[in-house]
Amino acid sequence: MGATILMPALSPTMTEGKLARWLKKEGDSVAAGDVIAEIETDKATMEVEAVDEGTLTKLLVAEGTENVAVNSPIAEIDGGDGGNASAGPQQPVSNATMQGGETGAIAEQAEDHGAVAARGAQERPEAKAEPKMPAAEPEKDWGETKSITVREALRDAMAAEMRADDKVFLMGEEVAQYQGAYKISQGLLDEFGPKRVVDTPITEHGFTGMAVGAAFTGLKPIVEFMTFNFSMQAIDQIVNSAAKTLYMSGGQLGCPIVFRGPNGAAARVAAQHSQDYASWFAHVPGLKVVAPWSAADAKGLLRAAIRDPNPVIVLENEILYGQSFECPTAEDFILPIGKAKVERQGKDVTIVAYSIEVGLAMQAAEKLAEEGIEAEVVNLRTIRPLDIDTVVASVKKTNRLVTVEEGWAFSGIGGEVAMQVIEHAFDHLDAPPVRVAGKDVPMPYAANLEKLALPTIADVIDAVKQATYRK
Amino acid sequence: MVKGAEAGTTKRRGRAKAPPADSSALPQERLLQAYRDMLLIRRFEEKAGQLYGMGLIGGFCHLYIGQEAVVVGMQMCLQPGDQVITSYRDHGHMLATGMEARGVMAELTGREGGYSKGKGGSMHMFSREKGFFGGHGIVGAQVSLGTGLAFANMYRDNGNVCLTYYGEGAANQGQVYESYNLAALFKLPVVYIIENNRYGMGTSMERASASKDRSKDGAPWNIPGEQVDGMDVEAVRLAGERAVAHCREGKGPYILEMLTYRYRGHSMSDPAKYRTREEVQKMREQHDPIETARKRLLERGQDEAGLKTVDDDVKRIVAEAADFAQSSPEPDESELWTDILVEAR
Repeated sequence: MGATILMPALSPTMTEGKLARWLKKEGDSVAAGDVIAEIETDKATMEVEAVDEGTLTKLLVAEGTENVAVNSPIAEIDGGDGGNASAGPQQPVSNATMQGGETGAIAEQAEDHGAVAARGAQERPEAKAEPKMPAAEPEKDWGETKSITVREALRDAMAAEMRADDKVFLMGEEVAQYQGAYKISQGLLDEFGPKRVVDTPITEHGFTGMAVGAAFTGLKPIVEFMTFNFSMQAIDQIVNSAAKTLYMSGGQLGCPIVFRGPNGAAARVAAQHSQDYASWFAHVPGLKVVAPWSAADAKGLLRAAIRDPNPVIVLENEILYGQSFECPTAEDFILPIGKAKVERQGKDVTIVAYSIEVGLAMQAAEKLAEEGIEAEVVNLRTIRPLDIDTVVASVKKTNRLVTVEEGWAFSGIGGEVAMQVIEHAFDHLDAPPVRVAGKDVPMPYAANLEKLALPTIADVIDAVKQATYRK
Repeated sequence: MVKGAEAGTTKRRGRAKAPPADSSALPQERLLQAYRDMLLIRRFEEKAGQLYGMGLIGGFCHLYIGQEAVVVGMQMCLQPGDQVITSYRDHGHMLATGMEARGVMAELTGREGGYSKGKGGSMHMFSREKGFFGGHGIVGAQVSLGTGLAFANMYRDNGNVCLTYYGEGAANQGQVYESYNLAALFKLPVVYIIENNRYGMGTSMERASASKDRSKDGAPWNIPGEQVDGMDVEAVRLAGERAVAHCREGKGPYILEMLTYRYRGHSMSDPAKYRTREEVQKMREQHDPIETARKRLLERGQDEAGLKTVDDDVKRIVAEAADFAQSSPEPDESELWTDILVEAR
């Protein structure tokens, strides 16, 4: 009886990796726990351990192979005399352990905060898929572009601003020696040194207050939250100290600071690690809130956030980190905070979305086009200050509005957008606005339930049909 | 009125030299200055209490009466560029840093001549020029913020020190301990000054903390600490010099627990049921910081006439501040919408 060893996942969002090295060869006998191979991603390295005893009968993937998909077979093992190591190909029989030191993995970090590092996790397939979209409407022409990941875009933005201004520094958990829990700060320690890339202990409340205090003196900290879930430990300092002091001081004491990190659901990390905080922060006068989707959004908006003399919340998305988009290569590329972007032109309905849901809206729009419904997709880019003008201009053209967000609908961004559209363009609406949002439940862990809890392409299509009276 | 003076930002400075620790009593002229500074706070707060009673000051108003020696003694240890940050019991700190009485009082009455144009009130005033960073209303929040001011000093390598004040009640907040760890880890130049006035609002320290000696709160991180007679301005100054020198030498944070006492309630609406009148009376009669300084000055040769001049001078400043605080107009209604965000450059 043979069993198949599958490519393991290193983190909930890993989709593929490199099979760096085989430590056993065909014909070797292995015992449970033996390290048989090493795999690598752009973020980390890990060892693959055998779960069962037996003899390696076949290595299916040569060492050095890149882009090996998670859960694809990499070796076959003979069950040996036990004869019952009959794991089917659907069940990974390898076990991953992280290497310590600098090349550890994000899952280890997540565990520090109580998350379960889901192995071979199901991702949201529609979110993972490379967005296939019609050419976005040009804004200012920034010239040449290059395909880069959102992760690279964020790092490049920080590096560019740190080169330009020695008052800018990055601090957070694992940002320096570890190169970032999600590898956003990769290489920054080498370039800028430990004074400007500062590892902090796991102490959000304390280091957030410390960063705000430093910003009061005119320094420009970038605070990385490993995820925005942990910013709740520090929300008092963000709201009561960072956002309000300028007003309370009659304009004397500003707070030029950036709070950034992944926001919203990743994959299979359950309720405490899967939440969209857009409406929490957008509620507060004195804060700006941006939520980039593409690499260009990420680079342009983060650069603007760092230069902004106010506290800016940059809501990133873990699933987007590895996605590639065309991004202008111009040295001075930057995007304005407070301007939305029409990503797709259409005449029948306006879909307003931000962050990862822009991709969802774009894909829904493609499907709707097959049915003859032309949707216009507005990527908000900035949540506060909200670019309601762009939304209203679109609604005046389409007369119908659908909002898409990952967060809960109650007191959510969709509700705010819809209300402002009603205030500004009530007579232009031919149908009640429809909200697509995360379901009104804490995020479940089970793969099927998580899928149900998050907005899907089908949800967006349904909402559009409701708004266009096609159902 | 205040704005023009506030334009300056923190400048880079060379590393300041640590002053030699002075083990003797204060020179007579410095003690006289300390007496004057304490008296100004006392008279200012008394006047604020009166204006509150007249309905001219609203909301919360936390008076510093009884604790004057702490800020005045500590302020004597500072150099230009050093910072001060505290909680909402902050009028004394503002005056000690040299902020003008009239601007502070006008903020208490919510007028445009106030340091925050009337938009901050008693708990929220700031002066970059004087190194005063507020004025914070959330108990304990200023401890992390002050740690950040010290972080900025380290980042700029300017040799400056941040004095971070909080009460023994705030010392129970979690972020205080997070700050101790960060400050010790990064060797930040911050003096943590616990103003132990025995009561966190109406709860005595005995009922709120299992720790009986807050000067040892930094022990897990090897932060040196000492208990200081916070009713004696000379003792405060001496301890302050030790603490500030420690910070300037790059040795990291220092904790001073100031044993002090507030004569008035936590805020104006305090029922004062948690302590006896006799307890307050005893402190006033036997340990009043201003009376102690006055006696020492006279013992050391100060003439009564000189003290009378100081008293009159202080009285005049406070009266003038009270007049200004009532004559300065309320902020223009357009101010409602200003200072929410810095306009992008």
